[in-house]
Amino acid sequence: MRYLTARKRAEGKGASGTGTEHFWYMKVSGAGLALIIPVFVVAFGRALGGTREEVLAAFAHPAMAILTGLVIFFGLRHFAAGAQTMIEDYSHGSTRRALIIAVTVLSYGMIATGLFALAKIAL
Amino acid sequence: MVQFTLPRNSRITTGKTWPKPETGGTLRKFQIYRWNPDDGQNPRVDTYFVDLDDCGPMVLDALIYIKNKIDPTLTFRRSCREGICGSCAMNIDGINTLACIYGMDEIKGDVKIYPLPHMPVVKDLIPDLTHFYAQHASIMPWLETKTNRPAKEWKQSIEDREKLDGLYECVMCASCSTACPSYWWNGDKYLGPAALLHAYRWIIDSRDEATGERLDDLEDPFKLYRCHTIMNCTKTCPKGLNPAKAIAEIKKMMVDRHV
Repeated sequence: MRYLTARKRAEGKGASGTGTEHFWYMKVSGAGLALIIPVFVVAFGRALGGTREEVLAAFAHPAMAILTGLVIFFGLRHFAAGAQTMIEDYSHGSTRRALIIAVTVLSYGMIATGLFALAKIAL
Repeated sequence: MVQFTLPRNSRITTGKTWPKPETGGTLRKFQIYRWNPDDGQNPRVDTYFVDLDDCGPMVLDALIYIKNKIDPTLTFRRSCREGICGSCAMNIDGINTLACIYGMDEIKGDVKIYPLPHMPVVKDLIPDLTHFYAQHASIMPWLETKTNRPAKEWKQSIEDREKLDGLYECVMCASCSTACPSYWWNGDKYLGPAALLHAYRWIIDSRDEATGERLDDLEDPFKLYRCHTIMNCTKTCPKGLNPAKAIAEIKKMMVDRHV
């Protein structure tokens, strides 16, 4: 039981002064992904069905390698930022913070793995 | 975590079926949420029958009929009976609205009435709006000026005055905020559509000189950015206002400051 006034409960700790960067990043990365994902899907689809050498050659092409790198990096960062919003919606307290750390680690881990694989193919 | 089931002491049980009026008119069945904090019982849904030939056309008329003629213990707020005071906001037929301007003819089948969702209940159909009103107070719902007070009045052009249309009409009934899932899950921090609509009403007011401070106070992942444009607020507003658009305008102003 805490004897807090309704106004103190409503105002909490005030405003954090953040939020707009996250909101704007989601808009920009969403728009960017809407442009590059269809191109990537078409290029990926064209490489499918070839021999191993043909697929490796397709991903070793500079344009395809750069496109794949962009999709991996911005796709997974967009995923992490979106998942953070979802976590903030549905969980509270320490669980919230632990889940945000987990999803951030997961996204950077998948980015590192994807870019390493791409580098091995392309370089 | 989000709760997907009600606590054991909040689970709704079947209540009492009250006797039908013997006035011989057309009867309409009402199922109404009842909860009394003093009896220690779980909430229940009572069934009433209203004689439509002896009652006005609105849901509030039926509630008043029930209170006057069947069950005087039924508790609800009401005042103006014309959609101006916002007192009689409740969940009718699954929609948050004002009982006084919601016609019984708009409802098919039995009329089901519950208090506004996801709010603490004071009794029966009365939600506790203390936090909701405190959130409204926190956005400073008044004109803030720094310039010396003019001799006569703060002038405003016709065009600037028109920007307040669709905002000043809000009666703070809480229908929108209590229809918003983000407000359900994070209502302690998220201001909700009603408070944000009022915040925008003062931000956009050409006479107000605290625009920066107002935006500073809203720049927060929870206070403002919990709005995910679900649009339940706009769909349910009994006054036909558009809180989602007001929130989007605040977000645009926030981005304008950054980019």
